[in-house]
Amino acid sequence: MSNTPDSESRATGARLTSATLSPAERPSLQKRWSLTTLKEQCIRLVLFCCALLSVATTAGIILVLFSETLLFFSQVSVLSFFGDTVWQPQSQDNPRFGIWPLACGTFLVAGIAGLIGMPLGLLSALYLSEYASERSRSYLKPTLEVLAGIPSIVYGYFALVFLTPYVLQPIFMNALGFEVGGFNVLSAGIVVGIMIVPTISSLSEDVLRSVPRGLREAGLALGSTKFDVSVRIVLPAALSGIMAAFLLALSRAVGETMAVTIAAGSQPDLSLNVLRSIETMTAYIVMVSLGEAAAGSIEYRSLYVVAMSLFLITLVMNIIARFILRRYRNVYQ
Amino acid sequence: MLPSLSQVIAEKKAGQPPTHGQGAMSHGTPDTSQPKIETRHLNFYYGQRQALFDISIQVPQRNVTALIGPSGCGKSTFLRTLNRMNDIVDGARVEGLVQLDGTDIYRPNIDVVSLRKRVGMVFQKSNPFPKSVFDNVAFGPRIAGLTDRKKLGEIVESCLKRAALWEEVSHRLKDSALALSGGQQQRLCIARALATDPEVLLMDEPASALDPASTARVEDLIFELRRNYTIVIVTHNMQQAARVSEFTAFFFQGRLIEMDRTDQLFTKPKEKETEDYITGRFG
Repeated sequence: MSNTPDSESRATGARLTSATLSPAERPSLQKRWSLTTLKEQCIRLVLFCCALLSVATTAGIILVLFSETLLFFSQVSVLSFFGDTVWQPQSQDNPRFGIWPLACGTFLVAGIAGLIGMPLGLLSALYLSEYASERSRSYLKPTLEVLAGIPSIVYGYFALVFLTPYVLQPIFMNALGFEVGGFNVLSAGIVVGIMIVPTISSLSEDVLRSVPRGLREAGLALGSTKFDVSVRIVLPAALSGIMAAFLLALSRAVGETMAVTIAAGSQPDLSLNVLRSIETMTAYIVMVSLGEAAAGSIEYRSLYVVAMSLFLITLVMNIIARFILRRYRNVYQ
Repeated sequence: MLPSLSQVIAEKKAGQPPTHGQGAMSHGTPDTSQPKIETRHLNFYYGQRQALFDISIQVPQRNVTALIGPSGCGKSTFLRTLNRMNDIVDGARVEGLVQLDGTDIYRPNIDVVSLRKRVGMVFQKSNPFPKSVFDNVAFGPRIAGLTDRKKLGEIVESCLKRAALWEEVSHRLKDSALALSGGQQQRLCIARALATDPEVLLMDEPASALDPASTARVEDLIFELRRNYTIVIVTHNMQQAARVSEFTAFFFQGRLIEMDRTDQLFTKPKEKETEDYITGRFG
């Protein structure tokens, strides 16, 4: 035995002493102020302030939007805002504030973008998740995501100096005989559509891949082709997730500013002609911000009411999308 | 307590029901003249790793053949070579011959889609589609091009009956299949596999995720189905193999050690490894 009687007694002795200490002599568990605890408190406070700042900023923005919107509606009736079909805030003798021309422009661009971006994004997601080999996927996916990194002003510029004069005008004007403006909705819609492809494909691919492998195997074992499996099993199973991806992408298209300002121009017309210039809500905000609307004037306040409308539209779309996405996740987890 | 293997075999010989007894019938002599499936010198690789070594086996018509062996012995891999499900695995490679009714199924001009219609499969984890009960069973006929609602209804009914599920779901065909219990889901998957009218059914541990009562129902069902289908079943459970199968093949480390009539293999195994495994000395 290595333990001598001596060391053994010392060990038990030590145990005994700590147990036999009187309550007052035991180390206190009470919290004491020291430099360490102070530092912890400071760090906690700083981090909390950082978090608070972003929440407070958002709250502040909403507050300002809200109050300016109320002031706007004290001068312009809600009825004419939603009822009038003309938007001419700059007019000196007869300023009119019907939101529909701007809303129409925004939804036209978003609609065209959706028509182009949704199928393109969904099909590329389907290819990436169901058909592509691991190798080609590892090249294609990052490449597609690079699209998301291109500044939106580049897209707008591309629409203005390439798409309109070299693609749209030759096709619609020279070949089909329609009038095509230098600024037009179609070119803006097309580039915004391309812009939202990465959002759609990347989100949709995630939901497609989260469809259990067992379902694909079951389909194949029943004698389905890969196409049958993709379209009849994987796609329906992932449908709600894909809807959410669409909504998120569309809300991005609605909020898109730079590309549409450059490509679609600033002509607030209530018209469904996609070959003419229109003005979107975002483009209007850009224009007024750059101009010299006096603070407190009705024109200045119209900025806020448009921003508020835009905010509400995208907010609702985002909330619906997140709601669908969360419900979908619960199905397979 | 579990019955011993020899007890199970003895009961089966005496014409007892396989488990708990519905519809057991004495089984005529199996037609072993022409094997339904035959493999010769089958090697299988996942990339560099060889998973199956020189498997030569004959699966008789209209019989249940059980594949047993410890985990990772290659029995599932072997099963999945029979309907070419391994094709979807990256880097999978097959050498040797796999024949269905004398036709090499790995020949380049084989249509895998029609092969899989003839060789159905039921998986370890029940995997109903997130659709209604009806749409699950009707899936196979529909992709084959059948649209007639009445005919689909007839197929669905007869397959659910053959899978012993009709009584339980006939009033809720439109409900989601995911609302069924685990055992019902697995029988639904069997019904779905039957709906493509296959000749062979491959079953990869079909009862391993089920409770004992559901397992018993699935085993009874397999015993019933053997009269019309050639069934190959992978199982971990030797009692199950003894109960439902006429032939058993023992796999070990990617090799086929021994295949024989089930009663022979479980009572008088020829190989030392088989004996060690069935007496529980390893695995």
